[in-house]
Amino acid sequence: MPEIDTREPRDQLVDHLGAMRAFAMSLTGNSALADDMVQDALVKAWTKIGTFEKGTNLRAWLFTILRNTYYSHHRKARREVGDPDGTFSSNLAQKPDHDGRLQMRDFNAAFALLSDEQREALVLVGAEGFSYEEAAETCGVAVGTVKSRVNRARARLAELMGLGDDENLELTDRVTTGIVSAQRHAM
Amino acid sequence: MNSDRKTSRVQQEIDENLKRAYGDVTQQDVPDRFTQLLAQLKAAEGGKPAKDSDNA
Repeated sequence: MPEIDTREPRDQLVDHLGAMRAFAMSLTGNSALADDMVQDALVKAWTKIGTFEKGTNLRAWLFTILRNTYYSHHRKARREVGDPDGTFSSNLAQKPDHDGRLQMRDFNAAFALLSDEQREALVLVGAEGFSYEEAAETCGVAVGTVKSRVNRARARLAELMGLGDDENLELTDRVTTGIVSAQRHAM
Repeated sequence: MNSDRKTSRVQQEIDENLKRAYGDVTQQDVPDRFTQLLAQLKAAEGGKPAKDSDNA
């Protein structure tokens, strides 16, 4: 984003709604909870906008608020309601799969099994494209901690999707079939 | 050596899946409740700008 945004930070919030929902969804695995969380975080962000340092990363600041909201209020609810949406999957389940790639569903099933800390580190770095430093600041931990969480998350996903050791990727069809047939979110 | 190559390919697969899942949610239409909420917050503020300690 090379262009300098001259709007007030409050007027920029609207640009981050989609990302806030995606991040919240990745934490809660439940779209209703995620949206409640975004709502709480938006009110908080609006009220505390004076503490946002202009010129810094507004998205990272918003994500910090979101994750605080999650860990202080919603994490418990996630455990109580389980994972009815399968994380991102409610809207993705019908996605067709060309070219033998891993199906989204398998990925979501595996993703839901990561720890909260691994999930958020992987999303921030792997999907949102935060630097390790930005992710570390957002999560309030050391850079090395983020790195190791991301690495462990990737390794665990590979393992869960059966890509870890002597499997080769051509075998993913078999893996896919296995997970799809066990697709209820029993955990 | 071979396994290093495989590892990075696996990582690439993982990141692609992650980006696709995340990107799909990011690009969904934002529910009206959020744009309405922002409008309400703005209205409640009476249009006065956020307190700003900058040199602006």
